Amino acid sequence: MSIQDILLQQLANGLILGSFYALVALGYTMVYGIIKLLNFAHGDLYMLGAFVGFIALSFLSDYIGDGWAGIVCSMVLSMIAVGLLGVLIQRIAYVPMLSAPRLSILITALAVSMVLYNGVMAFTDGQYLAFTTDLNYEGVQLGNVFVTNTQMVLVGSSLLLMIVLYLFVHKTLYGKAMRAIAIDQDACRLMGINVNKIIALTFFIGSSLAAAAGVMAGTYYGSIHFFMGFIIGLKAFTAAVIGGIGSIPGAMLGGLLLGLLEAFGTQIPFIGTEWKDVFSFGILILLLVFKPTGILGKTEIERM
Amino acid sequence: MANFSDTLGEWLRPQKNRMFILLVLAAIAMLIPLASSNYVLEVMTNVWFYVMLCLGLNIVVGYAGLLDLGYAAFFAVGAYTTGILTSHFGVNFWLTIPVAVCCSACAGLLIGGPTLRLRSDYLAIVTLGFGEIVRIVARNLEITGGASGLIGIERPSIFGFQLNQIVHFYYVFLLLAILACFVSYRLQHSRMGRAWQYVREDEDAAEAMGINRVAVKLYAYVIGAIFGGVAGCFFAVKMTAISPETFMFQQSVLILLGVVLGGMGKIPGVIIGAFALVLFPEVFRGLGSMRMLVFAIVMLIIMLYRPEGIWPAKKS
Repeated sequence: MSIQDILLQQLANGLILGSFYALVALGYTMVYGIIKLLNFAHGDLYMLGAFVGFIALSFLSDYIGDGWAGIVCSMVLSMIAVGLLGVLIQRIAYVPMLSAPRLSILITALAVSMVLYNGVMAFTDGQYLAFTTDLNYEGVQLGNVFVTNTQMVLVGSSLLLMIVLYLFVHKTLYGKAMRAIAIDQDACRLMGINVNKIIALTFFIGSSLAAAAGVMAGTYYGSIHFFMGFIIGLKAFTAAVIGGIGSIPGAMLGGLLLGLLEAFGTQIPFIGTEWKDVFSFGILILLLVFKPTGILGKTEIERM
Repeated sequence: MANFSDTLGEWLRPQKNRMFILLVLAAIAMLIPLASSNYVLEVMTNVWFYVMLCLGLNIVVGYAGLLDLGYAAFFAVGAYTTGILTSHFGVNFWLTIPVAVCCSACAGLLIGGPTLRLRSDYLAIVTLGFGEIVRIVARNLEITGGASGLIGIERPSIFGFQLNQIVHFYYVFLLLAILACFVSYRLQHSRMGRAWQYVREDEDAAEAMGINRVAVKLYAYVIGAIFGGVAGCFFAVKMTAISPETFMFQQSVLILLGVVLGGMGKIPGVIIGAFALVLFPEVFRGLGSMRMLVFAIVMLIIMLYRPEGIWPAKKS
């Protein structure tokens, strides 16, 4: 393979990885933008999404098979279930803590994350589960680069989800309310916006996007595990920061960029796949130190 | 209940009574090995070890109010420094401690220096990333033994007497825990301790009073790192084997939970937290794989209903 082919192959790998990161990063960024909470449990919602999708698919496969129809149905079910769970978490754990010191709410989020992954660990005995689908490895040969249909559908559907989200946030009244709350909650209350409802809606959307990414990752990698949310949570946060936390287009851009950076980063001599995570966390640290506002983020002067 | 705790509080006020309680507790701790099985000793040694780690993290989280999610990294730096120096270079264990102190302090400076200006939640993520980086580096380098880690670390000896029984390590870790309490206590009531408290409560006001907030936070960070490093040294020789998986993110979270559970910023609170941390999984061993779930739920409930911890620091 020539250099060009390797680069093209990595472009394909990077895009698919990046679209998972972007979907998870969107939830981080939306929640952060609206209530300035770093939701540590977000990566675990992604993991739960994969598990709910797995359960749904194992029921549905008897009726509609485990091809695309089954996967899409179980993805929708998983998005609804995990979205509702996200709202429940917000109601139980975050609403009472909103006036508490910042440290307390961060630790509460950490505790929620522990409850979720320990819960799944207890029920699966910490085993990997095989996410079986009857997708095949057919695909398109582009020069020397091979792209499977699955890869294309996954990237396409995550782009579709992102476009729908973008339209929702920018073209509907609810989206307008969300953007307004991110700017000034108190003013929104005075204008008659039901702030609590909109925050719950934000949690719902963010969590269901993470669930969608979880089901897609299950489909793509073929196995799921209770700890799969941890690393991607961290990576997605990195992606959100790269794009500028609080900015929705920023999260999409940051996710895709991080996916591509990782895919190409593994091709640099001396940085093999085993150094991949060091590479992206290194980027995160450098970015936070030198440009904490990210690419599309607004500069805000705020002291903690 | 309230009445009882008031009376107890009243009785505990004079210094004399407090010293009495402390002496009784110290005597009990000293005498435990006389009347207990190896299992109990093993668990109690672990308790003292976590007391030290939690007190170290307490300086960062409790005193200075900085959320650190990568504390296991400093513990790893200490453990690997001792492990590498003793097994690859044959250095005497006691000589590796100062080296480990320097290394963990440097690690603290390296990560704290550029990041302490960041907002608290960004700092949490950076420390988390740093913790993962240290673990992955330990897993990928040759000198740290790769994924299988270092094995056969030599047990230390003191004046020709080799420490190799659990009883020996019990006393070593008890001594370390007492030392950690003493240092924490002195730090808390020092000029630096007051500066930490000030910065934690109101950064801007502290700065207006002439406190260099970045320097003060950096001190907390480096001192916390040194606690972790020293604990790591002794951990390495007690276990005689260390592997990267010991220093996973969960380890950092566990130590943090110990600090938060008992009451941030208060030494007895942190000690109670460390006890709860180690004893809970042991006592509830019967729950099997559910016990960490139960632990996490208890943690969440404590955060929701008692965010200041079991025995919170008094606000004056």
